[in-house]
Amino acid sequence: MPNARMQHNKLNKVLTGIRGLDDITNGGFPRGRATLLAGGPGSGKTVLALQALVNGAKNGEPGIFVAFEEDSARIVANAATFGWNLPELEKQSLFFLDAKPRPDVVCAGQFDLAGLLASLKAKADQMGAKRIVFDSIDVLLSLLNDSLAERRELYRLSDWLVSCGLTGIITCKNNDSGQTNLDYQDFLQYMVDCAIFLRHDLENRVARRTLRIVKYRGSGFYAGEVALSLGDHGIEVVSFPLMPAYDRDITERVSSGVERLDSMLGGGYYRGAAVLLSGAPGTAKTTLCGSFVLAACARGERALFVGFDEPAHEIVRNLRSVGIDLGPHVASGLLHIQSIRSSLTGAEEHIGTLRNLLETHQPRCFVIDPLSAIINSDANASRRRMPEQLLAMTKATGVTLVCSSLLNGNDALDESTDIQVSTVADTWIHLSYDVLAGERNRALTIIKSRGTEHSNQVRELILSGSGITLTDVYQADGEVLMGTARWQKEISEKDAEEHLLAGVEHKRKELELAQAEVNARIEVLQRGMAVKRAELEMLLAAEVSRLKKTSRTHQALWGKRSGDSQKPASDC
Amino acid sequence: MPAISPVPDSNQEARAAGFVFRLYVAGEAPNSQLALRNLKVLCNDHYRDDYHIDVVDVLLSPERAWTEGVIVTPTVVRLNPEPGIRIIGNLSNTDQVLSVLGFAIQAND
Repeated sequence: MPNARMQHNKLNKVLTGIRGLDDITNGGFPRGRATLLAGGPGSGKTVLALQALVNGAKNGEPGIFVAFEEDSARIVANAATFGWNLPELEKQSLFFLDAKPRPDVVCAGQFDLAGLLASLKAKADQMGAKRIVFDSIDVLLSLLNDSLAERRELYRLSDWLVSCGLTGIITCKNNDSGQTNLDYQDFLQYMVDCAIFLRHDLENRVARRTLRIVKYRGSGFYAGEVALSLGDHGIEVVSFPLMPAYDRDITERVSSGVERLDSMLGGGYYRGAAVLLSGAPGTAKTTLCGSFVLAACARGERALFVGFDEPAHEIVRNLRSVGIDLGPHVASGLLHIQSIRSSLTGAEEHIGTLRNLLETHQPRCFVIDPLSAIINSDANASRRRMPEQLLAMTKATGVTLVCSSLLNGNDALDESTDIQVSTVADTWIHLSYDVLAGERNRALTIIKSRGTEHSNQVRELILSGSGITLTDVYQADGEVLMGTARWQKEISEKDAEEHLLAGVEHKRKELELAQAEVNARIEVLQRGMAVKRAELEMLLAAEVSRLKKTSRTHQALWGKRSGDSQKPASDC
Repeated sequence: MPAISPVPDSNQEARAAGFVFRLYVAGEAPNSQLALRNLKVLCNDHYRDDYHIDVVDVLLSPERAWTEGVIVTPTVVRLNPEPGIRIIGNLSNTDQVLSVLGFAIQAND
């Protein structure tokens, strides 16, 4: 098909419908060509191949599964757990061919696939098949036991796929190192257009499945190793280059479930934010998670609570003891509590599980308690990307995530940075305890909260039968006091204040007295003043009347003398 | 002359013969034709007239071959006597075939 190369890449691919795989292959497997899935036992190649076939069958591309290795009945039974509904598909768009060689078969001379391929062609035409799986080809090739014959039959197969226009998926075993150990396997890699290696390893006693695209003719692809998750709905690629994060300006706040914490955060967590609660054991991380979930359910929002290694009913019971009753919300279906065993799978597989939970329950508020259970389950360096992937997932859907992180010690900065959540989280609240005067008291600090004015003060966190309360910061001599130490300090400060108040009262009275004295003196003086004024007036009046009397006497005397016309001088 | 039936299921003759083989072929494919020739020679040499070969062309009846567990061509199945024996390949490896059919190999020395 010389024209095939002329066509645009996208036209030449078929979607596998396997999440993540279509991303890293830039659109799926090569159409009308062969794709090789090579891997050791349990690496998931059969499931992957079948899943791609089933997804095609469900979307108008019927498929044929040629089972060289396992009985088809067994494959169908195994796949029943994934809910793919194979029996229904088998009626029309899916055909299984049992091609497992009988154990007693003897090979005496050359044979070929001409008959098989011819009859498969007839079947494919009859049912309109577009995809075909050969699982696994090495069972067949090992019968040939002749490298020339092996190549000849592989060529025959490859040509047959092209001539039939069938998209072929060929599985093949290889050893653990990912290197093929037989001649035909190298040739297989050369022959196919797309070769993918799958691995199943144990790392620190944790099972880990990975996948790597080794080659893809004429197409770009992601060449790194990615993790596979074998979940409830089949296989998926869970760690691949991140998609652009959901970009929207969110100003809506979501209550933390603790009133005082909301006010410390300036109104609560941001909707869609990722919140980290770090702290040593027993610092009320789970309770804070529970408060958040309870508040969400009280608002009528769907919530998801994922715990580890602790049955759901115990989580409910324990939270009820601190006044957080999630029972009714679990019963109503608003809240889903899922308990996961932390130690059995790798971090990426957990991510796959969480993603599926998010999709099935569709929560708006999401709690993982503790997130460190996942991270610690996987000592591999890839776990460092894990928080980013988780956050990319929740951010993409606008889910508000509160996750706790268990620290062995009390110091947040020492340990939390190790798991990188702290850098990715939008809000980081640290819970600690202070041991003082024979008591262990819980304290809460907001270490960071992006885009929020937040209190920088430590609060005492009090856990009671009615949930969490944060009490005022009590500072004395540059120290925050908690518990009975705070109580004692409060008492003593109150005494001191009373003492001070009494002193003030005394002084006030003293001053009042002094004031009264002054007032009294003013009164005396004023009265004295009045007396003096009256005295003066009397004095003046007496003088005036004396002067008048003297003047009249003079006139009368002058009149009696009469001889003198001259007016008497008044200078007398 | 022994009977060689190109038509499947000639049960009557099959029961009559002491040795009954069914050969699955892919039309005129070289290996298939070689297997038929080799099988005939072998039967003539060892079973004289007491055999029957039933030839099934998988190109004509693919589903039948599948239900009878035949995947590659050529495949020969000994139906009688019991136990059934199944050999794949063009039967060029005569020693192997004879050994499987229970003949002593030293005859070739």
